[in-house]
Amino acid sequence: MLDWLWLIPTFPLAGFLILTLTAGRLPKPAVFGVAVGSVGLAALLTALLGLDFLTSPPESHFYRQIVWNWMSVGNFTPNIAFYLDGLSLVWLGVITGVGFLIHLYSVGFMADDPSCSRFFAYLNLFIFAMTTLVLADNLLLLFLGWEGVGLCSYLLIGFWYQEPANGLAARKAFIVTRVGDTAMMIGLLLLFLHLETLNIQLLMQRASEQWPAGGTLATLAALLLLGGAVGKSAQLPLQTWLPDAMAGPTPISALIHAATMVTAGVYLVARTHVLFTLAPDIQFLVAVIGATTLLMVGFSSLMQTDIKRIIAYSTISQIGYMMLGLGVGAWTAGVFHVVTHAFFKSLLFLAAGGVIFCFHHEHNIFKMGGLRKRLPITFWSFMAGGAALSALPFTSGHYSKDEILLTAYTVGATGPLFWAAGVVGALLTAMYTFRLIFIVFFGSDERTKTVRESFGISMAAVLVVLSVLALFGGLLKLPLHDVLHSVFSETERATAVGWVGLITTLIPFLGILIVYLFYISRTFSADALVQTAIGRALNRFWYSDWGMDWLYDKALVQPYKRLAAINKSDIVDVPYKGIVVFSRYCYHAVSRTQTGQLRWYAAGMMFGVIVFIAVGVLS
Amino acid sequence: MDLVLFYIAATVAVFSTVMVITRLNAVHALLYLIVSLLAVGFVFYLMGAYFAAVLEVIIYAGAIMVLFVFVIMMLNLGKATIGQERAWLRPGMWIGPALLSLALMTELIVMFVQGVDVAAGHVVEAKSVGILLYGPYLLAVELASMLLLAGLVGAYHLARPAAHVEEKQP
Amino acid sequence: MTTIPMEYGILLAAILFSIGLVGVLVRRNIMFILMSLEVMFNAAGLAFIVAGSRWGQGDGQIMFLLILTLAAAEVGVGLGLVLQMYRRFRTLDADALSGMRG
Repeated sequence: MLDWLWLIPTFPLAGFLILTLTAGRLPKPAVFGVAVGSVGLAALLTALLGLDFLTSPPESHFYRQIVWNWMSVGNFTPNIAFYLDGLSLVWLGVITGVGFLIHLYSVGFMADDPSCSRFFAYLNLFIFAMTTLVLADNLLLLFLGWEGVGLCSYLLIGFWYQEPANGLAARKAFIVTRVGDTAMMIGLLLLFLHLETLNIQLLMQRASEQWPAGGTLATLAALLLLGGAVGKSAQLPLQTWLPDAMAGPTPISALIHAATMVTAGVYLVARTHVLFTLAPDIQFLVAVIGATTLLMVGFSSLMQTDIKRIIAYSTISQIGYMMLGLGVGAWTAGVFHVVTHAFFKSLLFLAAGGVIFCFHHEHNIFKMGGLRKRLPITFWSFMAGGAALSALPFTSGHYSKDEILLTAYTVGATGPLFWAAGVVGALLTAMYTFRLIFIVFFGSDERTKTVRESFGISMAAVLVVLSVLALFGGLLKLPLHDVLHSVFSETERATAVGWVGLITTLIPFLGILIVYLFYISRTFSADALVQTAIGRALNRFWYSDWGMDWLYDKALVQPYKRLAAINKSDIVDVPYKGIVVFSRYCYHAVSRTQTGQLRWYAAGMMFGVIVFIAVGVLS
Repeated sequence: MDLVLFYIAATVAVFSTVMVITRLNAVHALLYLIVSLLAVGFVFYLMGAYFAAVLEVIIYAGAIMVLFVFVIMMLNLGKATIGQERAWLRPGMWIGPALLSLALMTELIVMFVQGVDVAAGHVVEAKSVGILLYGPYLLAVELASMLLLAGLVGAYHLARPAAHVEEKQP
Repeated sequence: MTTIPMEYGILLAAILFSIGLVGVLVRRNIMFILMSLEVMFNAAGLAFIVAGSRWGQGDGQIMFLLILTLAAAEVGVGLGLVLQMYRRFRTLDADALSGMRG
């Protein structure tokens, strides 16, 4: 059974090939069938394989399948090989499961789009690349999947390419993640240079044998890999691409920019956790980046007006939590948060997609209001997702986020500081989530009289399933610990209880209360706050994501553009231009012999005759 | 005796040909051309090609040149062209062509003078030419007549006043 | 047997040919160009006659006859073209017809 592992990436790849080669000639039902079917088969296989793996695990708790040898150059022999253990199984479950649900949702959402065949082709390609990434046995194959998901992200953000702004957003995403990818490539080179392999398990083994803890090589390698993770997972300082990536269709935002691709960075850190434990400084840096990001972006999300951008900033913030968890050594907690986040964040995105779908593609929340009567399924989905996101008790988010925070409290001297940051972040999370819900779904509905819930069974069913998962996913906590126990040999960490746990649990309610006072009972007025001088400044500052876009533009983009403009006519062009100029010159010179005059041609002929006689006859 | 006559005829031919290319009046040039042709015809006679001599006089000088004269008369250019010709024939114009043709002439002379034995000519009777014409060169005669037919038709068509051209002129 | 050396005849032909060439290249009036062409034809014919006389065969004269025919046809068509040219361009300047320039 386990040797069907290679089929999991292959089914979506086949779906992609079929859809690309038939290029829009298939009727829509066939397109849907191929796309959803391929991912559905992958999901089914994942379930079966997972069951087999868990009930009768192979010794040492992993399974490796080598498909073929990719290349053999000297002592560099990477294979196309898949490695299944608890960690990759968890990620596979998320990718194929949530992926399947989102494919189903897209059937309803993209039904009217004329190029939906292209959409599903790219989606299938994405699933293929992502599963390759998590199943990869060596870093080179992982990098292949890494680049593949980056490509699909670019293709899908700019899916409606007729609009230039979408292309710009897609390019921005690709270029910013490229910065991270370059760091990762250098890290790969460094690892290969010193440890002579890219096979992950071998790498971890050799690194722990050969490199001392805290040594420069381990630190450098971990730092470079972290660079790649930061780029792909949209953490500080490379988080500017994710809000703009909302230009893509909503199912994409749900799948790629919430549930799967942005967690690839988390996966990388988790996968190479041995390296990070060998470089405690870098692991600390991971936690710092996570904590700072989740705080900063929480403030930014509070000021946004676009329904998808709010949720996008929220995604960045939640991945900050995951990074924080990994950084303090709570590996399993961080991975658990990935799983629950996939549930509730994709639910939120899809529900937002429902609002957008029913409301004529309107994105501004201040143009909405009172939608809870008109869009019931969407409203309850939002409530479920929002509750899970705010980590209200008994939701899945509560179990994962609180586990991270409570573990963070106990680690080292800076533990309480991280915990405090996480708690403030949780406050902000609850605030912006429920601000969104209150503005969109409560209040007067004078602007939204024309809205009706008009989506089909595929979208509704998916929302319901995800709501259930978001609410009851906390039940997965203990099974997950069992599964991942063999991957992370972590000692049992103490989790703080007592007043720390109480504050952590109750802080979201404080956030909901604050927002309730502003937007429902109107005791305070948000508008009045914004009108004050400091309010206005803060609003602008946080709305533009702490000015980071402006900073990057001034510091990097404009100088580069200026350099490129200067370099446009550089010396390398001279030979090429020179050839052109020279042939033009010859053309003009020779065309002057074509005078059009009869006697000139006669003279030419005679001259030729003279030359012929001289050369041919007389010499 | 023959040699003296040959020299005289050759001189006349060369002189009149030079006159042809340097005259300003077309009719004058034509008349000089006729003289040149007649002189060359005489040279043919001296070479013993009696038939060719007669043909030269009758056809070349007698028909083709007359055709030229007719056309020039038809064009009716008048005195203005003489001034034009004078303007076109500045002395500086002669240098290039003179050099070119001098080079050609030198080459030709060198070619002919090298290794040629001093031979004498034979008289070829019209009769033998006629026998040749009706014998081996029968096909050539037919082709020549077709060529003449083509030239006739072409000349007629080309020289015809086109009706639509004349109507366009206001 | 004639007593004229054959080289002299060929020399005369060469000289006449060159003079005709000068005429073609120098004159701008198309009629003069045609006349100079006739001179060149004639010179070539003279060369053939001389050759035929040298070898005592009638082929030279027959070749001359064909040249004559050719000259006649050529003059006919050529003068027709000259008439057309005069009708269209109102000039006999050979340089005026330079539409093939460049």
